[in-house]
Amino acid sequence: MRVVIAEDLALLRDGLIRLLTAHGLEVVEAVDNGPSLLRALLTQQPDVAVVDVRLPPTFTDEGLQAAIEARRQIPGLPVLVLSQHVEQLYARELLSDRNGGVGYLLKDSVFDVDQFVERVRQVAGGGTVMDPDVIARLLAKPKNAEPLAQLTAREREVLSLMAEGRSNAAISARLFVTEKTVGKHTHSIFNKLGLAQSEDDNRRVLAVLAYFNT
Amino acid sequence: MAPTGEHSLVPAREQRSEPLFELIGWALVLGVLSEIGILVAVVFLVSFALIPLGAGLAVFLAFLPFQRSFVDWHRTRAGRILGKEISRPYLPLPQGNWLTQLRAITHDPATWRDLAWLLANATLGLFLCVYVLALVSGIIWYLCFPAIYFFSPDGLFDIDYWYFAVNDLTTSYLVLPFGIAFLLLFWKTSAPAMRLYAGLADKLLSPTQSSLLTMRVRELSESRADTVDTQAAELRRIERDLHDGAQARLVALGMSLGMAESVLAKDPAAAQSLLAEARLANSQALAELRDLVRGVHPPVLAERGLAGAVEAFAVASPLETNVQIDIPGRLDPPVESASYFAVVEALTNVIKHSGATRAEIRLRHDGEILTMQVTDHGAGGADLQGGTGLRGIQRRLGAFDGRLDVISPVGGPTVVTMELPCVLSSPRISPSSGTA
Repeated sequence: MRVVIAEDLALLRDGLIRLLTAHGLEVVEAVDNGPSLLRALLTQQPDVAVVDVRLPPTFTDEGLQAAIEARRQIPGLPVLVLSQHVEQLYARELLSDRNGGVGYLLKDSVFDVDQFVERVRQVAGGGTVMDPDVIARLLAKPKNAEPLAQLTAREREVLSLMAEGRSNAAISARLFVTEKTVGKHTHSIFNKLGLAQSEDDNRRVLAVLAYFNT
Repeated sequence: MAPTGEHSLVPAREQRSEPLFELIGWALVLGVLSEIGILVAVVFLVSFALIPLGAGLAVFLAFLPFQRSFVDWHRTRAGRILGKEISRPYLPLPQGNWLTQLRAITHDPATWRDLAWLLANATLGLFLCVYVLALVSGIIWYLCFPAIYFFSPDGLFDIDYWYFAVNDLTTSYLVLPFGIAFLLLFWKTSAPAMRLYAGLADKLLSPTQSSLLTMRVRELSESRADTVDTQAAELRRIERDLHDGAQARLVALGMSLGMAESVLAKDPAAAQSLLAEARLANSQALAELRDLVRGVHPPVLAERGLAGAVEAFAVASPLETNVQIDIPGRLDPPVESASYFAVVEALTNVIKHSGATRAEIRLRHDGEILTMQVTDHGAGGADLQGGTGLRGIQRRLGAFDGRLDVISPVGGPTVVTMELPCVLSSPRISPSSGTA
């Protein structure tokens, strides 16, 4: 799997390269600023990009902007955005093209190496991976409760774990239930949100997007 | 502080003056009041002179508010004639006993300028009012003269003028030109006379340059003291947070790592759990640092400026928020930070106290002033005295000469308006709006 990395701090960049390489991913290019990132994304067309929000030269949200621009030109180009802080606003902007293949996580998430690599692979596969804090805040919005009001508490729990990018197997382990039960829950969620039969992965993305109300 | 115009006797020409007949009424009222003003000046002076005897002090201090409101009324009146605001010049009274207050009053130039005006008004002011009234009387008298002559006893109004004599009804018509002359004179000069009257008040009752400066200096020292206090408190909070939070976590992390190192060979399982602990401590330290950074200078503010940061806060808040922003550029970082925290504080108040589920945020920059408005339809009843949050906003804005205005009747809606004079840099087209 070909990966592009954008991170301006050399220490973290090297760490990411080592981490991903050790898990069998191929880092085809590692850049340290916004313009190079956009060029690398467009020329390399990687299977997935791991991008820091804040990059030179402006040290604002160069990374995010480059990722969004690249996805505008190549729809669905998988991008996992990392940051020291998460903002609902950025999550919304990343999700707004409704193409999936998007992740937005705190940098802390690399501590759990196996899980992190798993999430990189999920984004590469077109999944949506969001930070739990983003999800918790969305749930707190009264307005967002409406389309999701018909879900049971358990189903909401399952949905928020789906939004974090977990597979049915991972969800069943987390909730101490069988994978079959999780499957029943996801099926019920898809029905209640009016997501017709289709390829399972895509429905997962759409459910998450309904959840984000974008 | 309200801006004051230049102090000159030149009337403001662009101002639409009041109708002339209304002016007659005011000339009458002001003329009478100018004589009452003498009484005011006399009571003021006599009670002041009697202060050494003791009894005068009470009268003086009790009379002062009356005297000042008497003069204030004239300030408003004269201001209306001139079409501008004549601001109150009085320096605020200091806290303390009667002696310090008395000293402050007697050292305030406005006190003596008031007195000078009362006397000037009783003479020149009265003259101007009487002049207007005399013109009016002249008009009425000469225009009605034939009728008066006709109805009055024979010979009563026979007058021998230099060029002609009035001795019967026919010749009584000869004085009509006088009436017309008075009418012209009134037409042309009564408004300027009243403006001269108002100009006199403006000249003497406006704050002097030094009063303005004194007031400004006081304001600045107050806001500076506030700013310094706030900053010191903020630094203490950051120090405490670091000391008890991230720093302590890092110590724990070092300990876990050290212990893991020492037991690694003997007991790999224990080492593994120690490493897990270290990772947890690391995560917690990062979370605490993140919160701290958010409180000092939110990253999104650095990345997106005021507009983006306010939008981000609104999106993340539990309220349903309608945000409308029209700021064509970036603000200076200190102003940006102060205004961001002011809006956040206002919104936090809405979340905490109003019980509202929806709020509106409007941010606008008109080239000189940044106006920020937060509106909710909650419980209302917020006031500046009650909330530390609102006072915090006032302090933040005060450092930049900003203003806070709260309209919050019980039962709502609450409108918090914040204004900050500031300039924009690097224009950028970003009128944005949306519902979060």
